[in-house]
Amino acid sequence: MKEISEEKRVVVTGLGLICPLGHHVEDIWQAMLDGKSGIEKTTIFDSSTFPTTFSAEVKDFDLSNFIENVRIHEKGNRGTLFVLAAAAEACKHAGIDIEKYTPQDGIDRTKMGIYLGAGEGCIDNDVFFGAIAESWNDEEREMDWNKWAEYSFSKMKPQRELEQEPNMPAGHLAKLTGARGPSRSCLTACAASTQAIGEAACMIRDGKADIILSGGAHSMIHPLGVTGFNLLTALSTRNDEPHTASRPFSASRDGFVIGEGGAIVILESLESAKKRNAEILAEVVGYGSSSDAFRVTDMHSEGRGGVQAINAALDDAGITYKDIDYISTHGTSTSENDSIETKAIKKAFKERAKQIPCSSVKSMMGHLIGATGAAEFITCVLAIRDGIAPPTMNLNDPDPELDLDYVPNKPRKMDINIALNESFGFGGQNNVVIVKKFRE
Amino acid sequence: MSSTRVVITGYGAVSPFGLTADELWEGLNEGKCGIKEIEAFDASSFQCKYAGEVPDFKVRKFVPKKRRKATKLMSRDIELAVVAAKEAVEKSGLVTKGVDPEKVNVSPERMSINLGSGFMSCDIEELAPAVAKSLNEGHFDIKKWGKDGMRMITPLWLLKYLPNMLACHVGIIHDIQGPSNTITCAEASGHLAMAEAAQTIIRGKSDIAFTGAAEAKVQPILITKQCLLKRANTDLGSPDELCRPFDSKANGAIFGEGGGIIIMEEIEHARSRETEIFAELAGLGHSNSLSEDFEFQEESGEGIRLAIEMALEDAEISAEDIDLIIPHGTAVPADDLAEGNAIQDVFGYLSEKPALWPTKSMLSHTGAAASILDVISGIYSINNGIIPAAKNCDSTINGFDFNISGEKRRMNIRNVLCISYTFGGQTAAVVLKKYE
Repeated sequence: MKEISEEKRVVVTGLGLICPLGHHVEDIWQAMLDGKSGIEKTTIFDSSTFPTTFSAEVKDFDLSNFIENVRIHEKGNRGTLFVLAAAAEACKHAGIDIEKYTPQDGIDRTKMGIYLGAGEGCIDNDVFFGAIAESWNDEEREMDWNKWAEYSFSKMKPQRELEQEPNMPAGHLAKLTGARGPSRSCLTACAASTQAIGEAACMIRDGKADIILSGGAHSMIHPLGVTGFNLLTALSTRNDEPHTASRPFSASRDGFVIGEGGAIVILESLESAKKRNAEILAEVVGYGSSSDAFRVTDMHSEGRGGVQAINAALDDAGITYKDIDYISTHGTSTSENDSIETKAIKKAFKERAKQIPCSSVKSMMGHLIGATGAAEFITCVLAIRDGIAPPTMNLNDPDPELDLDYVPNKPRKMDINIALNESFGFGGQNNVVIVKKFRE
Repeated sequence: MSSTRVVITGYGAVSPFGLTADELWEGLNEGKCGIKEIEAFDASSFQCKYAGEVPDFKVRKFVPKKRRKATKLMSRDIELAVVAAKEAVEKSGLVTKGVDPEKVNVSPERMSINLGSGFMSCDIEELAPAVAKSLNEGHFDIKKWGKDGMRMITPLWLLKYLPNMLACHVGIIHDIQGPSNTITCAEASGHLAMAEAAQTIIRGKSDIAFTGAAEAKVQPILITKQCLLKRANTDLGSPDELCRPFDSKANGAIFGEGGGIIIMEEIEHARSRETEIFAELAGLGHSNSLSEDFEFQEESGEGIRLAIEMALEDAEISAEDIDLIIPHGTAVPADDLAEGNAIQDVFGYLSEKPALWPTKSMLSHTGAAASILDVISGIYSINNGIIPAAKNCDSTINGFDFNISGEKRRMNIRNVLCISYTFGGQTAAVVLKKYE
């Protein structure tokens, strides 16, 4: 294969985020610094009899506030719509033309790619459950596929079915921006969009693309999604206190709060950003990926995979654990994650573990599943820019076993030169990305 | 920085022709057809009644005793990957924890895994009793589902259908602790996973990279979807004549199931352990189709052409160095036309055109797995110096001047180009080179 001539530096030149705390990056950031919660009773479907009746929904969202030609995208799944809006915001900031057949921004579209960590869309619930109800023979305990065919062939909508595929957000994004460069989408559960950013950064570093629109898109706030997580007992069931239900690292944490969103980060080679006079927000300096290779049901009890991903990212960045100023944790508010993640941080950061502020913004925005890593990456960039660590809210009853500096309940002014973002996925896929304040 | 050469040192395939790569090649080489009437479920009322199904197997026989409990959490897609991985590891001469924990000869931290996977659809029989429990006057009632229905489903249900679980299960069996990823770009997933796996080696993040893909498309929901999207062939007739890539009588794809795992490593690493090298991965390219409707490729085939050109450039070769093209060739007319245009644009100027050999007329379209089964077929083709007969490509569409032959050919094959793309738009191309 063609040799890599010289590693390129990778910078961030645009951000866009649609999440339960808002539709604009600056508003969302302010909400986080104010400790606001985006968690309320679920309205997307009737979950009143489910073990969990609340979630972190994106509210009052309208794609036409972000792009002109809504028609070709409007049938997209929720994740697709969110990520298109996030991309419109990010591209505006980065000076990238969207929705134009002949873009005037001087960017070669064959050198502009896409890399998302994107989830599947919601199934067409009424038709799906209707088709099963129509064709299940409860006495014989078997499906009548003739009845299934009759029902589903007349009721299922082809476009709706197509839009559930996890590669569709990336496809829509290509259409919106005209990107013809290397394009992929990955889905490593809750670590997907951190992985996407890490891999995208490497592709730019290796010269495979000048610009990559990276990030994530996902919504699992639907009957089967909540069913799946409720059956795993992974969700908080604090139905009487949804606002404070996401309480990472606290003794009373009882599960994560399912959220949804779309996040876009424009990654660009320093060369390209300079040539275009784009504003540089931060630099991506390291990426590490690992697998637990333990069990699909549990994390490795000593956090082996997490430690390995952290070390791989530090090594990739050519720095040590001593150089990290802030950690954006995965911090899901499940009993298992928060305790194992704490162990992993202790192991990787040794004597400095307790000195490094590490917070979880999931305490406010919920867990955006596949999109969460990219949303948290954005908070790292802003934390560096403004010199402020966002808080872990709802941390009023610390778990005695968990004794790191989680930045409880209030943001903290501090110089942040280098931030590290952690994401761990179900099944044991771990990803870590390191962001640094940009200097020439 | 000096250039890195990535070679293939192991492969395994599960296909409608059998549970091994040798059976895959044998079937293709003898011009067999793996497409039959659907047996997995009663498809008599479905618009499409044919598929490429993998012969019966018990996944328990393919996993170490200690891991057998975990097979309960394996959907069929995962099973296909696990079976193919066992063969690939055996061929590679690697002794992983899954082969023999006492004799491991590879460092777990230096192995990576990057698989492609499709959109797994859940097993309806698993949900149906819960739906039946949630009916109110014959209609599904979400309140009853939340209260009673969902509690009838096994607690770990969700974990069976997460697309990353292919990589997780294979990774657990073989103790792969390095970088791990799952590409979900539908029918282009395999090649894209391969591209990324190669990068982990080139960047020095792993010595051994497991890659590949698996998908089980012979499933009522998925077949229903493909019919509705008008991508499935709904003709009746002799199954071995139904799927007709690039043929003027083409009328859609026939779907199937399969899995392929490929083991790659840096050339010096492979040489130092004196293992057999089957082929070299010479180049990779990927782009996007910007079609208006997302369902089919843009007619010009520009996104496919760009991927091919990038792969040739990456391999530092030109069009005339390719001796064999294994196209995506789905037999969906709009897509064949787009792919045909792309191939024509890149290779049309040559007086002696590379052979074009579509496999889906025999193998069926195995979704995410298809592009990997093609790569494995390409490896056999190179090493045997054989291009098997193309099936059902009798009168090429659009007057394309392609070098397609209904006869088996023997020749020296230097480089093979494999192409894939998907609805949604992602396109990919891979160049395999004869190892010398």
